[in-house]
Amino acid sequence: MRKRALAISIITTLALTSCSLGSGSDDGAAGGGSDRVVLVTHDSFNLPKELKTEFEKDSGFRLVVRQSGDAGALTNKLVLTKDDPTGDVAFGVDNTFASRALKAGVFADNTPTGVPAGAEAFDLPGDGGARLTPVDDGNVCVNVDTTWFAAHHMTPPATLDDLTRPAYKDLFVTPGATTSSPGLAFLLATIAKYGDGWTDYWTRLLANGAKVVDGWEDAYTVDFTQGGGNGSRPIVLSYDSSPAFTVADGTSTTKALLDTCFTQVEYAGVLAGAKNEKGARALVDFLLSKDVQAALPDAMYVFPVAQDAPLPADWSKFAVQPTKPWTVSPEDIDAHRDEWLRTWSDLVSR
Amino acid sequence: MTTARPVGRPLALLALGALPLAVMAVFFVLPVSGMVSRGFSDGAGPVLDVLGRPRVHRVLWFTVWSAAAATAVSVALGLPAAFALHLLSWPGRRVVRAALLVPFVLPTVVVGVAFRQLLGESGPLGFLGLDGTAAGIVAGLAFFNVAVVIRTVGAAWESLDPRAGEAAAALGAAPLTVFRTVTLPALRPAIVSSATVVFLFCATGFGVVLTMGGLRYSSVETEIYLLTTNLLDLQAAAALSILQLVVVTVLLALAARVRVATAVRRTVSRPRRPRRGDAPVLAATGLLLAMVAAPIATLVVGSLRHEGHWTTANYRALGTPGTALLVPVTDALVTSLRTAVDATWMSLLLGGLVSVVVTRRSHGRAERRLRATFDGLFMLPLGVSAVTLGFGFLITLGSFRDDPLLVPIAQALVALPLVVRTLAPVLGGVDDRLRQAAASLGAGPLRQFLTVDLPVVWKPLLAAAGFAFAVSLGEFGATSFLARDEHPTLPVVIFRLIGHPGAMNYGMALAASVVLAAATTVVMLLVERLRVPSIGSF
Repeated sequence: MRKRALAISIITTLALTSCSLGSGSDDGAAGGGSDRVVLVTHDSFNLPKELKTEFEKDSGFRLVVRQSGDAGALTNKLVLTKDDPTGDVAFGVDNTFASRALKAGVFADNTPTGVPAGAEAFDLPGDGGARLTPVDDGNVCVNVDTTWFAAHHMTPPATLDDLTRPAYKDLFVTPGATTSSPGLAFLLATIAKYGDGWTDYWTRLLANGAKVVDGWEDAYTVDFTQGGGNGSRPIVLSYDSSPAFTVADGTSTTKALLDTCFTQVEYAGVLAGAKNEKGARALVDFLLSKDVQAALPDAMYVFPVAQDAPLPADWSKFAVQPTKPWTVSPEDIDAHRDEWLRTWSDLVSR
Repeated sequence: MTTARPVGRPLALLALGALPLAVMAVFFVLPVSGMVSRGFSDGAGPVLDVLGRPRVHRVLWFTVWSAAAATAVSVALGLPAAFALHLLSWPGRRVVRAALLVPFVLPTVVVGVAFRQLLGESGPLGFLGLDGTAAGIVAGLAFFNVAVVIRTVGAAWESLDPRAGEAAAALGAAPLTVFRTVTLPALRPAIVSSATVVFLFCATGFGVVLTMGGLRYSSVETEIYLLTTNLLDLQAAAALSILQLVVVTVLLALAARVRVATAVRRTVSRPRRPRRGDAPVLAATGLLLAMVAAPIATLVVGSLRHEGHWTTANYRALGTPGTALLVPVTDALVTSLRTAVDATWMSLLLGGLVSVVVTRRSHGRAERRLRATFDGLFMLPLGVSAVTLGFGFLITLGSFRDDPLLVPIAQALVALPLVVRTLAPVLGGVDDRLRQAAASLGAGPLRQFLTVDLPVVWKPLLAAAGFAFAVSLGEFGATSFLARDEHPTLPVVIFRLIGHPGAMNYGMALAASVVLAAATTVVMLLVERLRVPSIGSF
C-alpha cells in the first residue's frame, strides 16, 4: 500500500513539474514591484498594441492589463477588494455604478494633467473630476431600420411614447435591464422621462408587444432586421454609434432616435492603495492623450471625451450624438437601483 | 503487510486522497465560504429573511423542475444514442461521436444566438413557439448536456460483458427484456452518475435560462448572478448560495443511494453491425443528431455569408488582428489549447485519485460513509454558483488570485466531477476478487492496478480526458469571472466579436465559433484514435 502511495506521489510530482504548459504564458506577472502598472478593467476594454508600446516607452513602466466581466462586475470586484486592490488603475466604471465605488472609497484623489477640452462636461456630478476621470462616452438610443419603414411605407417612431402606439406593435426589441448594461440605460431613460409613471409606461410598452431578451447581441443580431441575422423587428435598443456600422452604398440603413437616449460615461481612476501610484497617474494621463482618444471609436466603439479628437469618416457622417439625452443622477441610481430593477423584473416576468 | 493492514489501509487511502482534498480546500471551500461569510457580516437575520421571500421560493422551484425535466430529456435521448454510437459499428460514427461534444464547448452566447435564430419568431422553426418559453429552456439545457449522458453511459456500456445478455437472449428473452433485466441494472451506476452531473449542469447553467427564457424565468444561478455582479446584495446572494448547496447535497445523497455499484464482469466487446431490430434506436439517434446539427449548421452557414454573398471573407479576417480582434484567432486557439491541456491533466490526476479512493471496498460502515462523503465533496463545484466561486477567488486567494494557472485549476475543478463520474462506475464494477487473486499470485499494489484496473479503466479514462478538454475549451463557469492577462482564449475573442455591432464582427464571431467547433472535433477524434483495443484483452 505504501508503495502505491509512493508511486502516485512520484507521478504527481512529475506531472506537476514537467507538463505544465500554462507556465509558458506566465510572463512573471506574479512578481511584484513598481516597474509595472496594473490596469483592471472590463471585457470590452481594447487598446491597440502600438499605443500600449507607446505608453511603456514614454513612462518606463510595463503595462499589465487584467480584464474580466462587465462594468457592474468590475465595480463590485473593486468594492470587495478595496483593502487589497488587484491593480493600480481601474478603467470602465460607468456613471450608473460610479457612486457605489466612490462611496466605498475605492478611488484615490487624482487630478490628471493635460485634460482635453470638452472632457469636464462629462465629470461625474458630485465628484467633479476629483477622483474619477472621464475617458469616453456613448449614448444608448433606440435604433430603427429605415429601409424597413420605407419598404412598408410607414413613418418610423421618434419618441419613447411612439413605441407604445399600436402602429408599432410587435416591432421593438430590447435587452433586459437586469442582464445588460444598455438595457439598464434604457430603463433609466424611461425613468428620467416618466418619473414614477415609468411602471405604467413599461406596462404599455410590454402590452404593445415589446420583446425583452437577454443581451444586446441577442436583440441586435437575432431579432433586429439589420443585425446580420434574419430578424423580424425593425426597432431595437442599441447605441448612437450603431448607424455607422450599417453603411451600405454610402448611406446607413439605420438611424438612432435622438429623443430616446441615455448617456453612459466611462471613467478611469487611481485605486486607493495602489502599489505603483506614479505609474497609475501616468496611465490615467495617457488615457486622455490625443492618440488614445483618437483610437477609442475604432477600438472600443465609444466617443472620445476630447472635443477635438478626430472621428472615423463613417462616424462623423452617420453616428449622430443627441444634444439633450435623458439623465438620472448617480446618487439616485445608487439609491434606487435595487428597487427599480426588482420592480422592472416583476413587470417583465409577469 | 497483512498484519499492518487495519492501520495501513486507511492511511494509504488518506495519502491518495490528500492532494485532491488540499486542492478542494484551497480552491473551493475557502473561496465559497469566504464569499458566503461576507453575507453574514450583519448576522444571520437578514440572510434568513431572504429565504422567506416568495420570489426565492418561485426561483428555487423553477430551478429544480426545469433541471429535472432537462435531465430526463437528456437521459431519454442519450441512451439510444449511447448504444448506437458505442456498440454499433457504422461508417462515420467516430466523427459523430466527436462532433456531439461540440455544443458542450461552444460559448453559450454563440449557441444561444444560433438557437434563437432557429427557434425565434422569424426563424425556420419559429412555428414551434419555443422562444421565450420554459420548454425552450428545457430544450436548450438538454441540447447542451446530452453529450454527458452519451459519453458516460457509452463508455460503461461498451466495456460491459455482452455474454450475460446473450445468454438471456439464448434462453428466449426478447431484446427489450434483455435490456430491462440484464443491461439496465448493469448500466444503472453510469446512468445515475451522468444524470447527476447533467442535473447539476442544468441547475447552474444560467446562459441558457436567460437566452432562451427571455428574462421571463429566473433560476437560482441567474439570481445569484444579478445579486452579486449588479446589485452587490451579498446577504441575499449568500442565502441563495446556501440554498443551492443544500439542494445539491440532498441530490447527491439521493444519487449515492441509487448508484450503488454492483460488480460487473467487463470485457472489451467489438462493436457489431447494425441489424434490422436496431432501426428504432438508429432513428432516435438520427433525430438527436438533427437537433444538435441544426444550430451548428446555422453557425456554419452564417459564417460563410457576408452582405448576402457566399464568401470566406469572415475566415480570412480572422488571421489579421483588426479593431475588435485583439490577436489573430490562431493565437487565441493556441492559448485555448494550452490551457485545456493543463486543465485536462490536472482533472485526470485529481479525478483518478478520487475515483480510486471512492471505489475501493470499504471495511465497515464508518469507512463507507467517509468514502461516500468524500465522493460527494468533489461533486460540489458543479452545483455551486460560478459567480460565488469566481468572486470568492478574488477575496480569499491573496496574491495567487491573478496567477495564470488559476484558470486551468478552476476548469479542472469543474471537470473533476465528470472525470470521477466517468471513472468511478467502471472502477466500482471491478470485482475486488480479481485484485485479491492477483495479490495472491504475488502482484504488488501497483502491479494489481496495472493488470486489473487499468485495462478496464483505459477507455473511460480517455472519455474523461475528452470531457475535461471540452470543459476547458468552452470555459464556462467560474473562469469567466477570473481576471485574465493579455492572452485571450478563443471563447473570449468570440464573446468580444459578437458583442460589437457591424456585419463583419458578427460574421467573424460565427467563423471563430466554427474554428472552435472544428478544433474540438479534431481533438476528440485524436483522443478516440488513442483507444488501443488490444490493451483490454488479457
